[in-house]
Amino acid sequence: MKGFLVRRLLGGLIVLWVVSAITFAIFFMAPGDPAVAYAGRAPSAAAIKATEERLGLKEPIPVQYWRFVSGIFVGRDYVSGANVTHCPAPCLGYSFKTNENVSELIGDRLPVTISIALGAAVLWLVAGVAAGVVSGVWPGSVWDRLAMVFALAGVSLPIYFTALLSQQAVVYKWRWIPAIGYTGFRDNPLIWGRNLLLPWLCIAFLYAALYARITRASMIETMGEDYIRTARAKGLRERRVVLKHGLRAGLTPIITLAGLDLGGLLGGAVIIEYVFGLPGIGKLAVDAIGGQNLPVILGVTLVAAAFIVVANILVDILYVVVDPRVRLA
Amino acid sequence: MSGSPEPGSPEAGSAESNSEADAFLHVDGLHVCFDTDDGVVRAVDGLSLRLDRGRTLGVVGESGSGKTVMSLAILGLVGGRRTSTSGRIWLDGEELVGAKPDRVRRLRGGRMAMIFQDPLSSLHPYFTVGSQLAEAYRAHHDAGRREAWDRSVEMLDRVGIRQPRERARDYPHQFSGGMRQRVMIAMALINDPALLIADEPTTALDVTVQAEILDLMRDLQREFGSAILLITHDLGVVAEVADDVLVMYAGQAMEYGSAGDVFSQPQHPYTWGLLTSVTRLDRARRARLPSIPGTPPSLISVPAGCPFRPRCPYEPRSRPASSSVRPELGIVARAGVGMEGPEHRVACHLDADERRRLFGDEVAPLL
Repeated sequence: MKGFLVRRLLGGLIVLWVVSAITFAIFFMAPGDPAVAYAGRAPSAAAIKATEERLGLKEPIPVQYWRFVSGIFVGRDYVSGANVTHCPAPCLGYSFKTNENVSELIGDRLPVTISIALGAAVLWLVAGVAAGVVSGVWPGSVWDRLAMVFALAGVSLPIYFTALLSQQAVVYKWRWIPAIGYTGFRDNPLIWGRNLLLPWLCIAFLYAALYARITRASMIETMGEDYIRTARAKGLRERRVVLKHGLRAGLTPIITLAGLDLGGLLGGAVIIEYVFGLPGIGKLAVDAIGGQNLPVILGVTLVAAAFIVVANILVDILYVVVDPRVRLA
Repeated sequence: MSGSPEPGSPEAGSAESNSEADAFLHVDGLHVCFDTDDGVVRAVDGLSLRLDRGRTLGVVGESGSGKTVMSLAILGLVGGRRTSTSGRIWLDGEELVGAKPDRVRRLRGGRMAMIFQDPLSSLHPYFTVGSQLAEAYRAHHDAGRREAWDRSVEMLDRVGIRQPRERARDYPHQFSGGMRQRVMIAMALINDPALLIADEPTTALDVTVQAEILDLMRDLQREFGSAILLITHDLGVVAEVADDVLVMYAGQAMEYGSAGDVFSQPQHPYTWGLLTSVTRLDRARRARLPSIPGTPPSLISVPAGCPFRPRCPYEPRSRPASSSVRPELGIVARAGVGMEGPEHRVACHLDADERRRLFGDEVAPLL
């Protein structure tokens, strides 16, 4: 187990290193002067010069990359004459355009995205898996057909559509809840939940639809297995056959999927955050792209990649726990 | 179809069933049909058999002859909206067809148990062998976890698994094929079933392991006094362990009798075909192993008359008038080999004398 963990963590670090290198390289391969890009819109000549100096843009690219990477682990100082800006570890860069430390920026936005992703995951797992199990155990039944109609709608409707429509109706037309903003859970859990309800439902609708279909297919396959017949031949009650023998095997693939989807969502629920104006990682990325705020884009990309890498490792570990046939390798 | 009463009809009263059900397992006119989009599949088509405790009935036939469906029907495991089961099955005098599903469920795994063909796919991959055995025990006994676990270990020991206490904590994939089949047998026998149905229990195993498993089943039968319904396509296995033989084709009985009668005086051309196509190491290699020409019929469109007619090499010798009539499973004059077991019966349009001559001249030299 220890060797497995070390290998997987090393592998994950290599993936992150590749992601960071590629992202970093893109800025320098992109047309235009990086100093101009880093300095912000319509900068003065002095501002460009200062930016060049602070970021060390005259240095060879590998040296610049090394500074960026070492900054993550030990922090770094941006020096421009007598003007020193310290960026403590983990330093993902510093945006001189908005004078913000990227790590702090991401740290501030992270709770929003985590709230959105975790809440939605609970909803979609409960709804999607339940619908999928019922459909898969009784395919062709009324419940199956009903669930599959909803699933088709969930998969087909784009999330920007459901988000805009629900916001328009619930907030502006019927005025059931006031305009959505973000309130921290610790500030007021009730308002936190009220604000996030629509985002959760919109994400969960899409994902629950996918999960219902996948769970259904998995359950149909499982319930046709020989060991289900054996369970019945033992004289077990049908409820036990389904809930113990069926679910144990049928839901295993769902664990993998849920881990990876959650990891992806933690890197930013871009559309939902943007539509509902929630200040999460996804909205941060979109705003940074709109404002050509390169350090922020680089930082968010790395963090999002890290979530996916970690989710992958966790899923692999979890799989070893749930499936006795899988060996650590 | 059959003239047997519908399950649950007034004729199926208890007074009559008691007189009918003198055998421990008695199947009478069993039909199992699946309604598919292509037509009705008659998987079991009017099958009758009797089996007493302590005896073994070998059910032989090619793949798709309805053997497995028949055994699942006895256990009450064929179901679904497009399936219909009719005819009658008695287990120790209790009628099973048409009985409450919950009643049949209680018998299943308790009074009657089944060993499946492929032990790897038939055991649950995510549960330890011990817990799967214990679950079977607790399904029929009011026992605690500890007691059920001890009983599982005891059964594993009984079927010859070494270090049973340690092995009970292993998962099915950690066992070899033969050991897995022993686990299956232990699971089937954990509740001392009076009827054990073994569906091709040795097909997935090495030849050497096959013999061990058959020996084990025989020993356990002696110990538990169970009736065994052994389903196989391997006549060698049947010759080794069965007291009685039922030859099935297209969901129907072609020949039925004691093993002594069927092996010494086989009556049906299909049985002859099965017998002559058995590989034997103790004789000179023939140019080519004989086989039965053609393939079994689709069970959607079984030919009228004798289902074996299209593949029967002796078909022209039967009376033309009988081509559209299904032959009855009629009694053959007893050879007097033994008075135990069922009367020797065959469903064939050929004359008894003609069959005797054909067997003597054409079939016996090949055996």
